[in-house]
Amino acid sequence: MQPFTTHTGTAVALRRSNVDTDQIIPAAYLKRVTRTGFEDGLFAAWRADPDFVLNRPESAGASILVAGPDFGTGSSREHAVWALQDYGFAAVVSPRFGDIFRNNAGKAGLLAAEVDAKVVAALWDLLERQRRAVVTLDLHDRTISADGDEGRIEDSFDIDDYTRWRLLQGLDDVAATLAHSDDISSYEEARPSWKPQTLPARVSDPAVDPVAP
Amino acid sequence: MSQTLAEKVWSDHVVRRGDGEPDLLYIDLHLVHEVTSPQAFDGLRLAGRTVRRPDLTIATEDHNIPTIDVDKPIADPVSRTQVDTLRANCKEFGVRLHPLGDADQGIVHVVGPQLGLTQPGTTVVCGDSHTSTHGAFGALAFGIGTSEVEHVLATQTLPQARPRTMAVTVVNTLPDGVSAKDLVLALIAQVGTGGGQGYVVEYRGEAIRALSMEARMTICNMSIEWGAKAGLIAPDEITVDYLRGRPHAPQDDDWDAAVAHWLSLATDDDAQFDREVVLDAATVTPFVTWGTNPGQGVPLSAQVPSPEAFDDADDRAAAERALAYMALTPGTPMRAIDVDTVFVGSCTNGRIEDLRTVAAVLDGHRVADRTRMLVVPGSTRVRLQAEAEGLDAVFTSAGAEWRGAGCSMCLGMNPDTLQPGERAASTSNRNFEGRQGKGGRTHLVSPQVAAATAVLGHLGSPADLVEV
Repeated sequence: MQPFTTHTGTAVALRRSNVDTDQIIPAAYLKRVTRTGFEDGLFAAWRADPDFVLNRPESAGASILVAGPDFGTGSSREHAVWALQDYGFAAVVSPRFGDIFRNNAGKAGLLAAEVDAKVVAALWDLLERQRRAVVTLDLHDRTISADGDEGRIEDSFDIDDYTRWRLLQGLDDVAATLAHSDDISSYEEARPSWKPQTLPARVSDPAVDPVAP
Repeated sequence: MSQTLAEKVWSDHVVRRGDGEPDLLYIDLHLVHEVTSPQAFDGLRLAGRTVRRPDLTIATEDHNIPTIDVDKPIADPVSRTQVDTLRANCKEFGVRLHPLGDADQGIVHVVGPQLGLTQPGTTVVCGDSHTSTHGAFGALAFGIGTSEVEHVLATQTLPQARPRTMAVTVVNTLPDGVSAKDLVLALIAQVGTGGGQGYVVEYRGEAIRALSMEARMTICNMSIEWGAKAGLIAPDEITVDYLRGRPHAPQDDDWDAAVAHWLSLATDDDAQFDREVVLDAATVTPFVTWGTNPGQGVPLSAQVPSPEAFDDADDRAAAERALAYMALTPGTPMRAIDVDTVFVGSCTNGRIEDLRTVAAVLDGHRVADRTRMLVVPGSTRVRLQAEAEGLDAVFTSAGAEWRGAGCSMCLGMNPDTLQPGERAASTSNRNFEGRQGKGGRTHLVSPQVAAATAVLGHLGSPADLVEV
């Protein structure tokens, strides 16, 4: 994963709340077994509308998405994060994110910056007046800023300390955890014998009602 | 110190705690399916890693598979490749798999409980947001993304920030004919789709205690639909009775030790929650959605709301968009909405009790001419059980289609989809735009309402059937 420190780019105003992961990438695109190439699925249904914001010429090359509250609710599909990244987004700005989406973003290296609703409103207004306005996200200082015709927008954004640290370092989570293998082994040695195990496999006796208590 | 149920389960699983770091939690059970795992297994291979605990891992095929002709090769080559990839990965890494055609295949959240693998006080994860279902047993269960799937495969742990706790206390009992699904839809309409964000929720109170395990699973399943990280219900005698004798339930002395532990997990009397919500079960009536998120719901007896009724500007804009997508006019009685397709199934309402409920309503009736009805069991065991009870005959003689087990029409990534503009009453969990197929329109309903709607051809409840 590439370290993320600061990012400056043009932004797209997605004036919608509750943008669930089925909108970000419909399930039909999840059949692939690859890790890249999901840009065609991004907002696939909405992009069929020529007036959709991403289809406007001034949205070309944008790398920051500014959306309403509850962005990324719904399914756990990390494909939603991959589709945004594959399309060219480095960051999503919203007043509130779905929990799993925010986690996935942190793992995959997409910045999910949680801001006050008034910042989103100000950015939406700015981006609709000045469609190529440039927005900067500074992960080190946790600030978001944009210079507009009616003055500068500047505020802080929220991201948890650990995700921020990992993004700044560009660190792979699995390697970090495996450094604590001894702790995991000690924990395993103390687990009670009655904890469930999938192996050896046991299956239902078909003569006994298998599903009803 | 006094603790809530969720805090007890959390503390029991902390492998490591460091300053400024999330807790490293041990994972007792990892459920795997074909859609969110291929890139995770690839990651293991690239790094030369193995699955740390195949004996705590189980896989099945559910999301992208067909529910007819399941004995034939999967027709869609992309779906077939994904299923074949799961099979190859399970073989290579030694993971137990219940494939299509196996008696223990089914929706991953139906299979885990049915095998007795989902147990109180455990941590359960899966690359699927409806993993919250397993919280019905007093397990801390939550959905994860593919990077986290890889992390659990490699380490059997997950770094997790400690969430806040919330109690949802449901006082009194549900009236006759009102189900767990109605209750949770009414709750989400009250608290909103973001209401649980950042919380692990415990459902408690008289109405919850009175529910069967399967109804409890319906409630916990929908936790994610109002943003909660997980939803739990304290284990009690109903939980213990459900688990007794299941294939992977503890045996002999282990059983006694396990039960003693399970029954000690309930929230301490003086434990504090960060937030509390109270709901009166006695006021809940059959509840249906009109919009495109699960919080956009009303009682079946109400009308399609007007966007002007919403004070919040975002809610108003969302309502306008939803009504346009759903092609609904404010003021229309919900019962006047005609339905093309009724879908019974999913990890929300695809268990045997749901099918019994649907059969009891359908018995002696016919599905309306304008409507098609799909009944999809949540697992192959559920299908076999329903057939042993003769429920399949009730469905087919009413004119419904009786299918094989899988996620089916819940999510539009297998052959069971809505056509553009088609309107469905669905016992599933999400009414998002295009969720059940591009351009499809979804009303979330309970099994009772689904069955009555199929007969009437418009949204309705069993009470409406007397006139038919």
